Amino acid sequence: MNASRAIPPGAAGETGGVILRYTLTERIHHWIAALTYAYCLVTGLAFWSPYLFWLAVLVGGAPTARFWHPWFGLAFTLSVGWMYKMWRGDMRITDADRRWSKAIKHYIENDDKNLPPEGRFNYGQKLFFWLMFYGIILLLISGVGLWFVESIPWSLRWLRYLAVTIHVAAALATIGGFIIHVYMGTAMVRGGFTSIIRGEVSTAWARTHHRLWYDQIEKKSSAEK
Amino acid sequence: MSQATLAISKISGHAGTAPGDGVERDYQVCKLVDTTTCIGCKACEVACLEWNGYEFTETVFDNSYQTMPETTWKYWNLIKFNEHENSDGTISLLMRKDQCMHCADPGCLKACPADGAIVQYTNGIVDFQQENCIGCGYCVSGCPFDIPKFNPKTKKMFKCTLCVDRVSVGLEPACIKSCPTGCLHFGSKDDMKELAETRATQLRENFGFENAGVYDPAGVGGTGVIYVLHDATNPEAYGGLPKDPHVPWVVRFWKGPAKWIGNLAMLGGILGVTLHYLRYGPKQVDEEKHENGGQP
Repeated sequence: MNASRAIPPGAAGETGGVILRYTLTERIHHWIAALTYAYCLVTGLAFWSPYLFWLAVLVGGAPTARFWHPWFGLAFTLSVGWMYKMWRGDMRITDADRRWSKAIKHYIENDDKNLPPEGRFNYGQKLFFWLMFYGIILLLISGVGLWFVESIPWSLRWLRYLAVTIHVAAALATIGGFIIHVYMGTAMVRGGFTSIIRGEVSTAWARTHHRLWYDQIEKKSSAEK
Repeated sequence: MSQATLAISKISGHAGTAPGDGVERDYQVCKLVDTTTCIGCKACEVACLEWNGYEFTETVFDNSYQTMPETTWKYWNLIKFNEHENSDGTISLLMRKDQCMHCADPGCLKACPADGAIVQYTNGIVDFQQENCIGCGYCVSGCPFDIPKFNPKTKKMFKCTLCVDRVSVGLEPACIKSCPTGCLHFGSKDDMKELAETRATQLRENFGFENAGVYDPAGVGGTGVIYVLHDATNPEAYGGLPKDPHVPWVVRFWKGPAKWIGNLAMLGGILGVTLHYLRYGPKQVDEEKHENGGQP
């Protein structure tokens, strides 16, 4: 999707102005994904460890959690599918990403002045997107195996074991990404959290974190004037 | 058997050890199935249904005497028939009563995530507690004998209880009670082992079954159901009895090292972002609009 359609009239480029970063559709899909993932995370952790089994109590008890976990997983898959449809263009790895990834040390150390400019999403955000995208494919396939484990015949029981292995490995990988995503979206990159709720960021924010995207919007908006 | 033997020694998905385990010595109970004297009459199948209160299920004909292909959630005890061709060209009709083996090292219990859904009593009986079962089916992956079965209506797992309700009041299991040939025996594990070995020796020395032996697989720590087989070197011929059953290594890894690797990784992630915040804090937005874009 071309994000430049998301400009509130007259806002871009002006000091103190705001830019629409996420449309309502994008925000809704993000929050469907976030809530369904959170449900699967809480219930999944309850099944993962006896020391976390109490988490199931928060969502109505373990049998209820077991019943809904696969359905919420399906809903999460659908929302990731929507996000793929919306964002796959924006999430393509570009030359700007490759330059940025070489300077990722500066990003981690908040030395943003020494970073090459990035587009609408930076390389880290794209990595997270593709981690979740491929993660959910693995979780879905292995999850169906766990859901209907008895339907896997005894002669193909290696599939039962494979399903467990893949489900655990993929879940842990997405949890790693999820921890970093939540940290960065709330604590580290201020303004990110409000942007995914209300959709808007300040022009300065856009200029600082996503300069190529900002330039593109500014060019478009001045052309429209 | 007294109620005291129903003290619990292992609890699934439970944080910590089972209270009271190992405080007194108990003996293990055991079923002995002598396949060499089984006539395939299925009295044990009927007795199991009757005692446990299940209706007789519709049978599935597959050109043999077998009632249905596998045990089900409401059919815990099934004789497996196999027309086995011997090396000399003759046919043996092998019959083995299939049910939960009550492993000393139960894979179902290891795999189960639900606190108290599977317990092992100090007398060795492995029992599902349906009120604690969440119906996840992990036990299906953990079992090396393909025994736990899912009731789609109640969404709970079921299997042979070794008639724990009968055993706990000093009765033998229903299947044992019904056997007309005496091929089924019930008692302490030590006694049953001795009886089984005596019978195997008899088969080897007096009946020409050179490979006769006892099936009490060490891979799962021995079982609460042991078999006398005419040919202990080929247990697969008896309706797919695994030669060297053990808890699948994936399940052992999943419930062992993987747990700690995963937990440490998750804690490490949380710790990592916390430390990052303490060291570097939030990013600053550059309010100034530089003509060169603030680039290096």
